[in-house]
Amino acid sequence: MAKLDWRSSVSLVGTVVKYLAVPVLFPLAIGLYYGEDAWVFAVTAGIALVTGFLLERLDTEPSLHGREAFLMVAVSWLAVSVFGAFPYVLADAGAVAHPVNALFESMSGFTTTGATVMEDISFETHSRAVMMWRQMTQWLGGMGIIVLGVAILSRLSVGGAQLMETETPGQGIEKLAPSIVQTARILWGLYFVATAVLVGLLYGLHIADIADGMTLYNAVAHALTTMPTGGFSPEARSIEAFSPAVQWTLAAFMLVAGTSFALIWTVVEERDPLALVRNGEFRLYVGIVGAASALGAVLLFLGAGTDAAVGGVEASVRESVFQFVSTVTTTGYASADFNLWGASTQLLLFASMFVGGMVGSTGGGVKVLRWKVVSKVLRRELYTVSHPDAVVPLRLSGRVLDEDAVRSALAFLVIYFLVFLLGAVVIMEDSLRAGLSLSNFEALSASAALVGNIGPAFGVVGPMGGYGDFTNTTKMVMFVMMWMGRLEILPVLVVFTRPFWRE
Amino acid sequence: MKILIVGAGQVGTDIASSLGENHEITVVDEDAERVEEVTYNIDALAVEGDGTSMEVLREAGVDEADIVIGTTDSDETNLAVCGSAKTAGDPFTVGRVKKRKFLETWEPSPGAFGVDLMVASNVLTAEKIARLVVTPAAHDVDVFSEGTVQMAEFEVGDDSPVAGETVAEADRFDSLTFAAVLRNGDVVIPSGSTRIETGDRVVVIGSPESVHSFAVDVAPSGTPDKDADIVVFGGGEIGEVVASLLQDRGFKPRLVESEGGRARELAEELPETVVMESDATDRDFLERERIGDADIAVSALDSDEKNLLSALIAGRMGVERSIVVTENTEYTELFETVGVDVAVNPRQEVAEEITRLTQKNRTVGLALVGSEQAEVVEVEIDGESVFAGRTIHEADGDLPGGVVVGAVSRGVEFVPPRGGTTIHEGDHVVLFVEAEVHDEVLEKV
Repeated sequence: MAKLDWRSSVSLVGTVVKYLAVPVLFPLAIGLYYGEDAWVFAVTAGIALVTGFLLERLDTEPSLHGREAFLMVAVSWLAVSVFGAFPYVLADAGAVAHPVNALFESMSGFTTTGATVMEDISFETHSRAVMMWRQMTQWLGGMGIIVLGVAILSRLSVGGAQLMETETPGQGIEKLAPSIVQTARILWGLYFVATAVLVGLLYGLHIADIADGMTLYNAVAHALTTMPTGGFSPEARSIEAFSPAVQWTLAAFMLVAGTSFALIWTVVEERDPLALVRNGEFRLYVGIVGAASALGAVLLFLGAGTDAAVGGVEASVRESVFQFVSTVTTTGYASADFNLWGASTQLLLFASMFVGGMVGSTGGGVKVLRWKVVSKVLRRELYTVSHPDAVVPLRLSGRVLDEDAVRSALAFLVIYFLVFLLGAVVIMEDSLRAGLSLSNFEALSASAALVGNIGPAFGVVGPMGGYGDFTNTTKMVMFVMMWMGRLEILPVLVVFTRPFWRE
Repeated sequence: MKILIVGAGQVGTDIASSLGENHEITVVDEDAERVEEVTYNIDALAVEGDGTSMEVLREAGVDEADIVIGTTDSDETNLAVCGSAKTAGDPFTVGRVKKRKFLETWEPSPGAFGVDLMVASNVLTAEKIARLVVTPAAHDVDVFSEGTVQMAEFEVGDDSPVAGETVAEADRFDSLTFAAVLRNGDVVIPSGSTRIETGDRVVVIGSPESVHSFAVDVAPSGTPDKDADIVVFGGGEIGEVVASLLQDRGFKPRLVESEGGRARELAEELPETVVMESDATDRDFLERERIGDADIAVSALDSDEKNLLSALIAGRMGVERSIVVTENTEYTELFETVGVDVAVNPRQEVAEEITRLTQKNRTVGLALVGSEQAEVVEVEIDGESVFAGRTIHEADGDLPGGVVVGAVSRGVEFVPPRGGTTIHEGDHVVLFVEAEVHDEVLEKV
């Protein structure tokens, strides 16, 4: 084995950074339209172009193999987060202008976490251009910047399969078309169309006069963070600010965003909606969301909810469905301040933070398929206790699961929970050092919300609060946790191991 | 007819001797000793040499052969023999294979490899075992007329309700014929008043339903239902196909295989089978898994000794019925005398199948009964047959004793054979024939 060819990796990161200048044009246009902060994005685009161009020159003929692909993907996410932070710093408005805060907000955006350090979410403090950039980062990160790169940049298409595998969480890419480039295009195409449809629907509701405040700006802004299961909102009260019609619409689209896009493609291409029912992971996903929502709705109705929900059938069902869909899919929108919920409902919501969306969706977290695998492993363990000689292969919808895949699902689960626990401890202890008062539940839920790319948690980091009060050290740890969570931990961790860099 | 047989092993010799009297046989083998043996024992021409070489095949008269049979121990050789023979002339080629994969290639496109008829010993054996499993107390079950007719040989145990009854009393089924009773090595053609005794073997021919109903009569407690516990020892190809056939019939068999990788493979292939990785003779394992509670144990391990041992241990632990595969033809009877319920020999299955199919102009099916004292043959009736256009009673007068009409099938329909039944041209008649009158009967029929 040869030494790691890091030049290849970094050169391709350069390509990604260079082309980051293109989406920056969108907030730039908004800045020009409203006459505010346009220069911020012009400068950001310029810096990205120049840096990307220089990095690209490190290697004119980059070639990717296993390790280079890991490095490229891990570093790309770091790089786009750094460049995504420039507008916050340059605009110099509010707490997010501090470089550490800007990095946090940017990583939270690209990883579709949706945790914020902004103190005043309003157009008095922040320009519409910056707020749209914040939404835009989530949209770019949702389906994956590398997948997008593979879809449209020929420079990335060669090692595309490997890159996508590293970036797109789950057990390998399901090829939807013979070529990986085609597959990437289908995924982004579906994603784009779904987003456009949502913009139309939201704005349509506004025109129909049942969505107060859902202006065209807001429709675009929320579509951009619903499909990637992101959760940022330019509204301080998140989705609570909107009408029930909007809340139901967004809940439905979050559910779609948490569904495997490969499965959605099958349904669309073969006009076969029953494919959903046949898919075991989908059944479990909907089953979990349904059961949690139902239980939650009953509890909220009986008095464990916010004032708006208690005693109201539609209101308690909507409040429950919205929060559980939002949390399971790892979106992180809130239609109510669930800090006001009773302890039992809160714990239920906390538990649902560990479910995650389906493999191949834009959702983060553990993911339903892994839970399915794990439950089968457990059943097998129990069976082999009484029949030690039995040979039992695991099957998912009739197909035999490779034992390597089973092992990696188990390993992932262990590492995921380790990161979650260690994260909670670090958050707790570092806050104590700085004299911040933080409850155990707050620390635990914050950790779960960050590594699961959900965003809001409970207490001070609740849906109407934020992460601004933590120390800079804690914020940088959180920065890494979000990065790890988005890439499913291992691609990031492996970069920090010795054998990775050695021969 | 001129028949060329390549491979003078057990199967080749068997076929040669059963076809020898009526046909011109040439046998080719690489082994000089075997060639010599054939020359002494069978009325056949023997050629020493490699059957895949054109030169040897020519010498053996491949150009004029009507039938060429590849039956060496190597599947690939047999296929090559058939392929080569096809280039030399236009014989009907028969290839014997063990491996199922060749059959899977050949079945959807007959003629592949230059083989006109492929006989897969492992599959034949497994199919026979599966039939035996679902037919309690049976020693042998063969199918005729594409499944319309079954022949079965039952052993009547002392606890069987049939023991002590006369044939007339036991014959409660419309479409079943009592063809013979085998008693102390003799063949008795039964009349209505023949009394069935403990230890007899009864040969019946009839529709599959009636044969099955009779099986239930013979051994009421031995009929397997869907929850029957069936254990298969050995995950070789025979074991795998047996498990897969049983699975298809709704059973949930247990399959024991000692090699880990193969066990895993089987478990992946057979979702309805419980695969266990263990030695079939490991007592701890057998007790832990309560193998003794099983209804039927099938031994399909890779050696006759292991098969016998596993069957005996299983029997000692309480398994009610054991079915064993024997590689060596000579062990078949021996095994049955030392406590194995049924021994199945792949070579005999293949020899039967090949013999039946090479006689196919007239005789389309054949099964040997007892130690070849009799056979069951299926004959397609043509215009010159004694049966053509006559009733069974009329035709019977022209036939010697030692013949029983077991069944008649017309298309896919089963016709119960009664004295007054008229037989038409094109009907298939399944006959039980004693060995000594065999030639005379086939002549007339």
